Amino acid sequence: MMEWERHDLLDLEELSKEEIELILTTAKSFKEVSTREVKKVPALRGKTVVMLFFEPSTRTRISFELAAKRLSADTLNISSQGSSLVKGESILDTAKNIEAMNVDMIVVRHTSAGVPKVLADALGPSVINAGDGCRAHPTQALLDIFTMKERLGRIEGLNVGIVGDILHSRVARSNIWGLTKLGAKVTLCGPSTLMPIGIEQLGVRVTYDLNDVLKNCDVVMVLRLQKERQQEKFLPSIREYAKMFGINQEKLQTASKDILIMHPGPTNRGVELSAEVADGPHSVILEQVTNGVAIRMAVLYLLLGTKKDGAEE
Amino acid sequence: MDKEAIRRALLRIAHEIVEKHKGVEALCLIGIRTRGVILAERLQKNIKEIEGCDLPVGILDITLYRDDLTMVSTQPVVGETHIDFDLTDKKIILIDDVLFTGRTIRSALDALIDFGRPSEIQLAVLIDRGHRELPIRADYVGKNIPTSLQQNVQVILQETDHKDDEVIVAQEKKES
Repeated sequence: MMEWERHDLLDLEELSKEEIELILTTAKSFKEVSTREVKKVPALRGKTVVMLFFEPSTRTRISFELAAKRLSADTLNISSQGSSLVKGESILDTAKNIEAMNVDMIVVRHTSAGVPKVLADALGPSVINAGDGCRAHPTQALLDIFTMKERLGRIEGLNVGIVGDILHSRVARSNIWGLTKLGAKVTLCGPSTLMPIGIEQLGVRVTYDLNDVLKNCDVVMVLRLQKERQQEKFLPSIREYAKMFGINQEKLQTASKDILIMHPGPTNRGVELSAEVADGPHSVILEQVTNGVAIRMAVLYLLLGTKKDGAEE
Repeated sequence: MDKEAIRRALLRIAHEIVEKHKGVEALCLIGIRTRGVILAERLQKNIKEIEGCDLPVGILDITLYRDDLTMVSTQPVVGETHIDFDLTDKKIILIDDVLFTGRTIRSALDALIDFGRPSEIQLAVLIDRGHRELPIRADYVGKNIPTSLQQNVQVILQETDHKDDEVIVAQEKKES
């Protein structure tokens, strides 16, 4: 098997197929750790992981924190409220101060695209992107791909639909990169106002008909409708969106009986997914969350073993 | 050591295990990835022929418990650990192919204790090549092969290497 040499994880765009597969295989081994009575292994003992979250998050932050703790690393949480950022300190200064306290890894989430890259270039510790603006959310895509592979046994040749607000979705973008690299066929579906122009160049198909996706896909990934976008007049109304792109039991009639329904959370029940579908037999939403911890353990483990010199260009 | 010698050694170890424990009650076999697992499965088969019952076999990957993780340049591949039975109050036979410095076994003991509190842990190895760095010894040994530190001991097993079973002692030290 190949060796991992990367120092930071910023996006799936830069990863090779083999690197993605190595993360998935490693995560498979780590999944078992969380089922033990003693959910802790000493692999990262003495390492410090800092969570620098400039945007709200429950799942991702807790998932990273659990992953680090189950590997015996020490964790530290910093959010923009209550830190010196409110006093006007720049992100880079804050990060450099954290680095000066000899931490080994920084997990960062920010509303602006590219912040993790800026930090990775400037700092010695490994940087993991936990979501930057509308750009990328690599660990979410990895856990989605892991869940599909675990359920269906393969990625190559799968038809995967991504439904919703593609324009503002970093989850969609990271999944497109990852899935197409592994040979899946991706179909995007959503209102035309929320479909980025030219997205077909990433090797995906675009449709505006939800039924087309439900009929032809093995997996449908439903994105959260970011209600705050409603203010920006992307949608006539949320009711109309739910009617045209929301998935309920009735619309699922046309789908394959083995279809998987995924959602990165948080869900707006009754908007993009009805409660019965979200809790129904096709839904793997909670499995995604379980797998997220394993994926993040794998990423932390792989990244913390590399030295900065090897990764710098 | 050729195929037949390995077969006989494993048969003898199986007899020794059963004799020492006066049967198979509460016994479990745990193989250390990769070749220890194959050896554990073969011992299970041998013991079944002697005593007529299947002992549980678990798979242990010790990567996450290694004491040199912070010193290696790239992370070693982590294999799956698969132990689907409770270890508490069990008598465990830990199995590996080669006993060398003892560090692998140290990691394995730490890992096992995270799974429960066995009443006893014993160690079975196919080859003991000496050069211990820790106070660890094997309870069952297939063959003692005195080696120099420059030598490399390689165990080849049909199931993993797709070649006839063999133990090779090579002169030059393996690049690591």
